[in-house]
Amino acid sequence: MGRLEITFGRLRLERPGMVASGIMDETGDSMARMIRSGAGAVVTKSIGLEPRPGHRNPTFTEVEGGYVNAMGLPNPGIKLFAEEMEIALRAGPVVGSVFGSNAKDFAMLSAKMEDYGASAIELNLSCPHAEGYGAEIGSDPKNVRSIVSAVSSSVDIPVWAKLTPNTSSIVELGRAAEDGGAEAVVAINTLKAMVISAELRKPVLSNKFGGLSGPAIKPVGVRAVYDLRGALSIPVVGVGGISNWRDAAEYLLAGASAFQVGSAVGTKGPKVFGEINRGLEMFMSDHGYGSIAEMVGVARE
Amino acid sequence: MSETVKIIGKMKESKDTYTLEFKWDAPAMPGQFVMVWIPGVDEVPMSLSRIGKIKAITVKGIGEASNAIHGLQVGDYVRLRGPYGNGFSIKKAKRILAVAGGVGAAALIPAIKETGCDTIIGARSEGEIILDDVARKYSKSVWISTDDGSRGFHGNAVQLAKEKMALRDYDLVIGCGPEVMLYFLHRACKENNVECQLSLERFMKCGAGVCGCCMMDELRVCKDGPVFGTEELDGLSDFGTRKRDECGRIINLR
Repeated sequence: MGRLEITFGRLRLERPGMVASGIMDETGDSMARMIRSGAGAVVTKSIGLEPRPGHRNPTFTEVEGGYVNAMGLPNPGIKLFAEEMEIALRAGPVVGSVFGSNAKDFAMLSAKMEDYGASAIELNLSCPHAEGYGAEIGSDPKNVRSIVSAVSSSVDIPVWAKLTPNTSSIVELGRAAEDGGAEAVVAINTLKAMVISAELRKPVLSNKFGGLSGPAIKPVGVRAVYDLRGALSIPVVGVGGISNWRDAAEYLLAGASAFQVGSAVGTKGPKVFGEINRGLEMFMSDHGYGSIAEMVGVARE
Repeated sequence: MSETVKIIGKMKESKDTYTLEFKWDAPAMPGQFVMVWIPGVDEVPMSLSRIGKIKAITVKGIGEASNAIHGLQVGDYVRLRGPYGNGFSIKKAKRILAVAGGVGAAALIPAIKETGCDTIIGARSEGEIILDDVARKYSKSVWISTDDGSRGFHGNAVQLAKEKMALRDYDLVIGCGPEVMLYFLHRACKENNVECQLSLERFMKCGAGVCGCCMMDELRVCKDGPVFGTEELDGLSDFGTRKRDECGRIINLR
């Protein structure tokens, strides 16, 4: 057993870092590349029922400390995604991310992802920039509970709920997910944000507001993971601003059992996973940790 | 990086192509591109046709976004992101041939300026030839091809490039133009045993290597490209055959 291996609910991954949803994961070949670059698994772009172009450009811009994006859930639809999954799965484990506007759609999409060979389902209950989806339905604990519950009873693979930080209490959403039968929660998604061009006197993104990701949001994510770990008995996956081994270690020590990397794939390239893996291994031998599991939540003690 | 810049020059290159100049200090390499925002319309990738402190984009009016760019006047502001991508790697090459198809000439001009290399500029007809005057300033040999024979060589730029490769001993071909043209240019270079670096294009959202919507096989056109060398092109099954729409659906090119 490799030192970086994690057992995570019913899932076993050779490495603890996954590609976050929305990052180089719309095509089979790009997902395969990310796994070969050192990711333990890749979470797909969020897939819906029908092909969807997303918002019109501009959908993305750099800001100090990260990116603000409002892609608007572009995806080829669940039917065409079968062939992308087939290609990706040749390289390693894939977590299927799905979005819908109601519990029935989520359940249907998740069952398809299970058929395609996904190792787990990640429910997008947190995208901050698509009307009628994501955080718009995932901010209400009752919705979270009923969607998670509908999906859990329609698939046999683990179901994770990706939670929004754009709420007064992420812990309440986490509890609702746990009550609904989630095997893990994923925290956090992007923070709702906006960029305005002074000279042009207009919001830059076509959707006006979007989600902030990258190093700027890391402390928010670490805090969310710390809180969730204290309140829930299911594992937490940490995501938000991880770009090196030290960031990943922070999340693990706060209580994350695994982590995801997003924006850093843009700033550092796919090689970021190899760097994080090597750095974590070095940290573990320097500090006497025999496994990732031994690090989880240590900062809480 | 991103910056809102003021348009300081606007030149007509042909009946449907304009060059817009602006001051922007961002360092750029030949072959890099920027994302250009036209408020209320779109944001689109555009090659830089000048890369010094004064930079420029040269835009053919083919759709809503490019036509809106044509509507910009000297004194107007435009927001840019970038420069993005890997440009041409031309330092080591001694004898370079630049092969441009249509508005693809824009992406090659900075490399032509830096190296003084031989240049082929191709277009459908005489009225669509652009930037040949600029290329002539830097390059000793500029050859023109037109599909209809209205000026220069009667045929396409790849046919002309084949003739030139047979006559002269080039060690690198750089190219930009429609993808099917580049597909045949790549093949012609292989047949003549000449290295090539070609600038490709795909639908882009982030431009910065994050979203993965511009994938060709497992490479990101925005970050791993837009310029790809012979070996990378050899391995790209999407090159000249498939692209993806804004939903990520596959569209066959031929």
